[in-house]
Amino acid sequence: MSLELLIQNALLVFLFVLCLIAIELKDLLYSVIVLAGASVSLSVIFYMLQAPDIAITQAAVGAGVMTVLFVIAISRTRRKE
Amino acid sequence: MAGMTVIVRTIARLLFPFTFLFGVYIVLHGHLTPGGGFPGGVIIASSVIMLLLAYGIERTQKRVGFLQAEVLESVGGLAIAVLGLFGLLLGIAFLQNVFPLGELGQLFSAGNLPLLYLGVGIKVTAGIILIFYAMLFAFRGEEK
Repeated sequence: MSLELLIQNALLVFLFVLCLIAIELKDLLYSVIVLAGASVSLSVIFYMLQAPDIAITQAAVGAGVMTVLFVIAISRTRRKE
Repeated sequence: MAGMTVIVRTIARLLFPFTFLFGVYIVLHGHLTPGGGFPGGVIIASSVIMLLLAYGIERTQKRVGFLQAEVLESVGGLAIAVLGLFGLLLGIAFLQNVFPLGELGQLFSAGNLPLLYLGVGIKVTAGIILIFYAMLFAFRGEEK
């Protein structure tokens, strides 16, 4: 198994674990921050799969705009699940 | 949104021009490098949203007003439609290129593609800022 494939599989496992943590956390603000980390991991995977265009979009939308949108929504509702 | 501490405000104020410039770069080099209208527009909008988080809605609205963003979104949509109809009037198909192509790899090349990306970038920027303004305005009445 080459090094690139190894890193890619490790990133996929990392993404899966982060998504599971985001589901299981009871504090929604922490959950949103973990989801932003998962989005960054997914954007690195996209970059390694020769799709830099999608990687830029995923990083900007997933880690930037979506996080702030969720934070504003949480600030208007309850923080605990 | 009431705004945050002085650390967050200073970082947001220092980081705002660089984020804005990077978004403009992504939009203008849309036909040469990865990126284009949508990612660049989202990056420009996220620079304004960073100010919105740090300083609160009142001070951000002095810089980018609600009506200003609404007009900009309409201008972007109008630019895309006019560019498409321009090709339809002079050429054969919608959005067909009628401008000189230029040299490969230069900034001013690729016909009407940079203009199209500029329109898409303006529309996406104003649209995402408007989404956040609409969310903040929609909940503002319930607090009072």
